[in-house]
Amino acid sequence: MTKRQVMFTFPQELIREPIIYSLGHQFKIVTNIRRADVTENRGWVVLELEGEEKDIEQGIAWVTSKGVRVDPVVGDVVEG
Amino acid sequence: MSYARALRCRKCGQEYPLQPLNRCDFCLSPLEVSYDYKAMARGLSREELAAGPRSMWRYRDMLPVEGEEVDIGTGFTPLVKADNLGRELGLDRLYIKNDCLNPTYSFKDRAVSVAVSKAREFGFDTVACASTGNLAASVAAHAAKAKMRAYVFVPSDVEPGKLVGAAIYDPILVKVDGSYDDVNRLCTEVAKRYSWGFININLRPYYAEGSKTLGYEVAEQLGWRAPDCVVAPAASGLLFTRIWKGLDELAMLGLIEPVNTHMYIAQAAGSSPIVNAFNAGSMHVNPVTPDTIVKSIAIGNPADGHYALMVARQSGGGACAVDDEEAIAGVQLLAQTEGIFAEAAGGVVVGVLRKLAASGVIKRGELTVASITGAGPRTQEILADIVRPFAVQPTIESVEESIGALVRSA
Ligand SMILES: Cc1ncc(COP(=O)(O)O)c(C=O)c1O
Ligand SMILES: [Zn+2]
Repeated sequence: MTKRQVMFTFPQELIREPIIYSLGHQFKIVTNIRRADVTENRGWVVLELEGEEKDIEQGIAWVTSKGVRVDPVVGDVVEG
Repeated sequence: MSYARALRCRKCGQEYPLQPLNRCDFCLSPLEVSYDYKAMARGLSREELAAGPRSMWRYRDMLPVEGEEVDIGTGFTPLVKADNLGRELGLDRLYIKNDCLNPTYSFKDRAVSVAVSKAREFGFDTVACASTGNLAASVAAHAAKAKMRAYVFVPSDVEPGKLVGAAIYDPILVKVDGSYDDVNRLCTEVAKRYSWGFININLRPYYAEGSKTLGYEVAEQLGWRAPDCVVAPAASGLLFTRIWKGLDELAMLGLIEPVNTHMYIAQAAGSSPIVNAFNAGSMHVNPVTPDTIVKSIAIGNPADGHYALMVARQSGGGACAVDDEEAIAGVQLLAQTEGIFAEAAGGVVVGVLRKLAASGVIKRGELTVASITGAGPRTQEILADIVRPFAVQPTIESVEESIGALVRSA
């Protein structure tokens, strides 16, 4: 089991979809929301994912394919 | 002895011991060093500070370092009155903080000097970073001085001069064949896998504190006062927030009058997530995918973006971006008016300053400091087309033929 902290950014058309719920269900990932702000036209959620490494990888690939942007919560590791 | 007392979550206030740790377990927000300012104030005076070494380490008591510092001669860089540039831009009291003149040619030495000192204190024998060049050089140089191992990860499109600038110190240089996002993803995993002092991950709170010294120096060099306006570039946003923190601390310690400085963020239009948020009136920074030649500040998902926004807003400042062409014009204008050859990030600052002055946001009489944070010679390729020499034969006739008219018209 491993943990990964990520930020999801949702475009307007995905805000009403139960993406985090599906992510948990389909990929056997435990999702734990720490911070979030969702309005009618945009939303972001900071959460921790816990599960098998390969499930987390596949889950993130699926979320990304739906049109959600996934970023590390620590910000970019690369710096100037 | 240092006055640092804990790491504190910037969002929820939860405190942690002074360890290699950068994020709150509860809300996943960044941690920051907090100090016992009361005790610090008792031990500090202008006279004592002014009598210290002519480097950033004159402010040692305001930094979170206990042991001996790893110092390669960083800081106390010139603050020059920029009358020629000021005349061009319509600013009567313009100063340039020239941080090109640090040992590895950028302000990063300030942050890295503190981070590597802490790494040694924590007992790490290895430090690491992921960088587009400036941080890489600085980490490699400090590791050399401290006799530590350095692993430096760079994206495959780093400018050749920046690679040489890091390689000379003989770190273990790893060039990642992949996109910007790939490098990020990879380095997040690398940092988890190995128990290194990762400069901008587990050492980040200490790294951040080093940048405060730029703010301290500006105030001291102005005769112990804060400027009316500061324009500084933002990538992760850390430097910007720490210049402010530096000024704020000096006021809190009674070393300067209360600060009323307007802080302006400068970014390249091809990577301006913080400016976008400012213009949208939002306090949340939506990540972008960078696309600009100003690689040293091309960060799409800035770790301290939210806090940089808060500083810009609370200080009555702002945020502004310029495109690549304007950045290059800025580099040329700075060189041709003040004799200072900055890298493109400096051009962005000058371009932004031009816009803010032209639109009256920064007023003619305001004492304004432009932070020029990195030197130009390592990224010469962006200026290749300025080299157009007159080619002559080694005879006076040839010289006369080629530039005679020019000489007579001068
Ligand atoms: C020359 C230069 N200026 C400014 C910055 C901005 O630094 P920060 O990440 O603290 O915003 C960087 C580094 O990223 C840099 O290399
Ligand atoms: Zn917290």
